[in-house]
Amino acid sequence: MDRFSWSNGLLEINETLVIQQRGVRLYDGDDKAKMDLGITLLSTHRLIWRDIKNHECCIAMPLSQIIFFEEQAAGIGKSAKIVIHLHPVPANKEPGPYQYSKYSYIKLSFKEHGQIEFYRRLTEEMTKKRWENTPVSQPIPTGTGSQAGKTRAVGIVGIERKIEEKRKETDKNISEVMGKNKESNVDIKSSCYGMMALTEVYCLVNRARGMELLSPEDLVNACKMFESLKLPLRLRVFDSGVMVVQLQSHSEEEMIASALDNVSEKGSLTAEEFAKLLGLSVLLSKERLLLAEKMGHLCRDDSVEGLRFYPNLF
Amino acid sequence: MSFEWPWQYNFPPFFTLQPNVDTRQKQLAAWCSLALSYCRHHKLYTLDVMEAQESPMFNNKKIERKLSMEAIQVVFEELRKKGNLEWLDKNKSRCLVMWRRPEEWGKLIYQWVSKNGMVNSVFTLYELSNGDDTEGEGMAPF
Repeated sequence: MDRFSWSNGLLEINETLVIQQRGVRLYDGDDKAKMDLGITLLSTHRLIWRDIKNHECCIAMPLSQIIFFEEQAAGIGKSAKIVIHLHPVPANKEPGPYQYSKYSYIKLSFKEHGQIEFYRRLTEEMTKKRWENTPVSQPIPTGTGSQAGKTRAVGIVGIERKIEEKRKETDKNISEVMGKNKESNVDIKSSCYGMMALTEVYCLVNRARGMELLSPEDLVNACKMFESLKLPLRLRVFDSGVMVVQLQSHSEEEMIASALDNVSEKGSLTAEEFAKLLGLSVLLSKERLLLAEKMGHLCRDDSVEGLRFYPNLF
Repeated sequence: MSFEWPWQYNFPPFFTLQPNVDTRQKQLAAWCSLALSYCRHHKLYTLDVMEAQESPMFNNKKIERKLSMEAIQVVFEELRKKGNLEWLDKNKSRCLVMWRRPEEWGKLIYQWVSKNGMVNSVFTLYELSNGDDTEGEGMAPF
């Protein structure tokens, strides 16, 4: 679903409507998309979808994005679907409802039938490829669709101006970037099993920014700030040097396991001894011991000799 | 027969009141059990709190650990809630330790009385505790 861009739904010059069908629900891969039912329109150039109730919610995708498509027969309680497999997101794609998707296909679910005719017309258009003969001007980005009425701008200058307008709203501060990408972070969380290579994060973040890209160094520095920014993500570096961004909960489990292992091996440990073992600051190693204690894996011995942690044998 | 200490007695964390609630529950249960067995073994029926802190019961000289006054009060409160302890003064400086709860005593006495076919007859406490029949039945003066 991250191949779609916001659209005002108006056809361009040289673009013709081929067929439209009501009662279509979109799927991001196998998951229901966040939209409600809508109308899907096929033109000579694009696949367009508009929300039935909220006409301003309108998205479109060039037909050139389509690699191939297939029918999925209806079943008990399931409508017939067309599964559309897509090329990767192009670099110059305008913003849309999804910043990122783990799927490279979408589905159109035909709640009010019409899939047979739609499939036939789509096949025709994908064969004829009429968009190659009559290219239209750049699709006009309209943000959330509520900016209808702005002057049309064509060419690279127009694109740059549009992007800059959006950029003005966002702070150049790195933490703002992280804040802005909270949504994509949430998507990462739910779709990447809790871990993503830093190189992939780099692509996502810069794709979202559009201009004034982050350098790799900036990104690494921003990731080091996760904890102080109170984001539930952590930067982790493997022995090989590979860096990943992972869920805080994963990191916590590892910290607790390492605390328990080390304490069990040595019989008991103070925060200072643990810090020396791990090469961490005393503050951080104490946090880990406290976390393991909170989870019931360690217990404490508090005496004049100091605070010492033991495996919880109780 | 010398008193057998439970394994926790030689585990230093046993003498620190644990902040983790679940861990603390297990710790207190072990302390209550230890206190009651110790009192039973040494035939202690009353405890003075200040003295208790220095007694081997709460003070393990071998590992140089002892329960803090605060922790002792927590243990005593647990015992009180369970019916094994009664304060003898308002200041909570002395307490009665019932390593057998009154109900348990009642049951024991009744069982002994039935066994000897003496139900519905009248006894004095003296006869009960010092009579020929009661030797070795655990009926120490109380």
